[in-house]
Amino acid sequence: MISDTMNLLRLSLYGILLCVGLIQLSCRSEQESPEPEPITKPTPYTWTKPRQFPEPVYDFQANPLTAEGVELGKFLFYDGILSRNGLIGCGTCHQQSSAFTHHGHDLSHGVDDRLGKRNAQAVQNMAWSAVFFWDGGVHNLDFVPFNAIENEVEMDEKVGNVLDKLRKSPDYPKRFRSAFSSEEITTERMMKALSQFMLTMVSATSRYDYYTMGDASALNAQERQGLALFKQHCSSCHSGELFTDHSFRNNGLRPLPGNDLGRFDVTQVEADRYKFKVPSLRNVGLSSPYMHDGRYYTLEEVLDHYTDSVYSSATLDPILKNDTGKSGLTLSPTDKQAIIAFLKSLTDEQFIRDRRLADPGIGNAF
Amino acid sequence: MKGLSYSIYSFFVAFTFSAFLLACNNSDDVPPTGTGEVTLEFDNVAGTKNLVLGSGTYQNAAGESFTVDILNYFVSNIKLLRADGTHYTVPQDSSYFLIREAERESQFVKLKNIPAGEYVGVEFVVGVDSLRSVSDISKRTGVLDPADASHEGNSMYWSWNSGYIFLKMEGTSPQAQTDAAGNRKFRYHIGGFGGYSAPTFNNIRTVRLQFGSDKAQVSPGSSPEIHLLADILKIFNGPTQISLATNPTVMVSPYSTTIANNYLNMFSYDHMHVHND
Ligand code: HEC
Ligand code: HEC
Repeated sequence: MISDTMNLLRLSLYGILLCVGLIQLSCRSEQESPEPEPITKPTPYTWTKPRQFPEPVYDFQANPLTAEGVELGKFLFYDGILSRNGLIGCGTCHQQSSAFTHHGHDLSHGVDDRLGKRNAQAVQNMAWSAVFFWDGGVHNLDFVPFNAIENEVEMDEKVGNVLDKLRKSPDYPKRFRSAFSSEEITTERMMKALSQFMLTMVSATSRYDYYTMGDASALNAQERQGLALFKQHCSSCHSGELFTDHSFRNNGLRPLPGNDLGRFDVTQVEADRYKFKVPSLRNVGLSSPYMHDGRYYTLEEVLDHYTDSVYSSATLDPILKNDTGKSGLTLSPTDKQAIIAFLKSLTDEQFIRDRRLADPGIGNAF
Repeated sequence: MKGLSYSIYSFFVAFTFSAFLLACNNSDDVPPTGTGEVTLEFDNVAGTKNLVLGSGTYQNAAGESFTVDILNYFVSNIKLLRADGTHYTVPQDSSYFLIREAERESQFVKLKNIPAGEYVGVEFVVGVDSLRSVSDISKRTGVLDPADASHEGNSMYWSWNSGYIFLKMEGTSPQAQTDAAGNRKFRYHIGGFGGYSAPTFNNIRTVRLQFGSDKAQVSPGSSPEIHLLADILKIFNGPTQISLATNPTVMVSPYSTTIANNYLNMFSYDHMHVHND
């Protein structure tokens, strides 16, 4: 009697289990097929906003950083596999020791030593940028690499080919699996991994930063005077803690024979002729040469530009126009020296020595 | 014993029944009359001639002769129109297609799960709407993947000026000036969704076609195939006549809107077949 009841209970239990199974099967077609069980879950990466910086603009929710994702991004960033000839990585033109710019090159050279028309920008603090490149042609960090990879004077490769090469490599399928829980190598994953790494390139520990956070001794008297002059003459454009207002402006560079029209190429609006993105000046002491075409090699030349050679044209920024008829700013030689001393206090030694950002031993720098 | 077993059984039956009901309650979203399939065929022609890449020679309204090597365009945001003025909108994520003259398969746009009914016309965007042109990379799959192999080295994405090329036509013409490589090529890469942070030209164009007295009857047993024509001669001739001698290359420039305004009128409804199963 007891055992009968037990049997019946057991039977019913099996029945229920069977039914639950059936229900699941019957509704399979209406559910998304479940992801295969992750091999290991990637480890969340804690990205901290420097206290003195504004809120970032990058959508971290759409691409949550993980230790494995950042690591994969680092390999992709330095690996020549992204280029047609296998030699040019992102890190070839964006070198850590010069704040991720192309040291000593006015115009960056890429595959087969072909020269580009522009000077490499610093890859730093990208989380706060809403527009990329000197002309602002790209508006999301995840879409930046297409330009470098497919540009025939840079890496001259097709992203589709890069994905094939990565799929066939002995190493990358493993790295994608640990970063994204499956081996699938897609455009989205590749771009998100590159972004993850680039987002960790945060420069916020220069002497200037220590000064603003309360250490008055971090800047000497000349640098402090330079800071005051900078605020007076430069920070209407190079504004805030990122030293850029992210706008496009014409700062009076005389057009060169290549006649780069800058922002106009993207918007086709007359008023945008010869306008370029206001660059951040963090680590500017390391990122020579200067301007979109790398025409100036020293900060002295840059300051002389602002006082003596501002070229007047229809789109010259009003801030640099003058009633006297002569365009540009008025600064004495001591003023200039003070500003330069201040600009050099924006050099972030910790940033350029951070081992986590360094080439893991796969890149080519030349 | 009997009472116990009965109650266990009734519990079991009730549980199972209600579980089925709960698990499958989304089946009542489907209208009782079911769904069918609609195929839109984009048949690219040059006037009265069929378009043949590479070898076919055609003449535009300006009297210039030309051949075509590449013809690609995006079709998106498709709506099927009903006689009473209402319409069915194809779900956004399933509504992006790249028509490539080099790939026959791509010229048949298959729309699945279309509610049964009678349709009298179709509306679509030539190009990619501005929202998708700036959306997150996770939304750029299939033909919208900037790295998609289906573009076959024939990219429909501008990587330096992030956005899609809506229509790309390239070919040769004896009237086009020789380019740097010594070829008499013409290149029309028309895109531009209006600008992201700063407004600029917008070449998103919406085409609306009526099927005349024909009606596309859609039901589980009836899948119409609607044959549309795209006449490339109209790219050169519409509100403005375009000359290959004067404008052999049109890409990112305000003049591109002239071409978009022309190709807006290149589509027409021709006929339809009904496949009955
Ligand atoms: C051949 C040299 C070269 C290579 C290789 C290269 N870049 Fe660049 N990078 C440049 C130049 C030059 C610019 C500025 C281009 C412009 O504005 O037209 C730039 C700009 C950028 C910017 C924009 C920064 C800003 O402030 O807007 C980012 C981000 C960037 N590159 C990332 C990358 C990544 C990621 C890779 C690898 C996929 C890469 N670069 C490969 C030369 C290079
Ligand atoms: C009217 C806005 C404006 C003002 C004022 C201004 N700048 Fe600039 N600055 C720019 C723009 C725009 C660029 C980029 C120009 C280009 O490359 O075409 C630039 C570039 C630079 C660069 C080159 C950075 C690099 O990475 O190549 C330095 C250095 C610089 N400015 C320093 C200063 C200093 C110092 C002052 C004040 C004395 C100043 N600027 C005032 C707009 C301005």
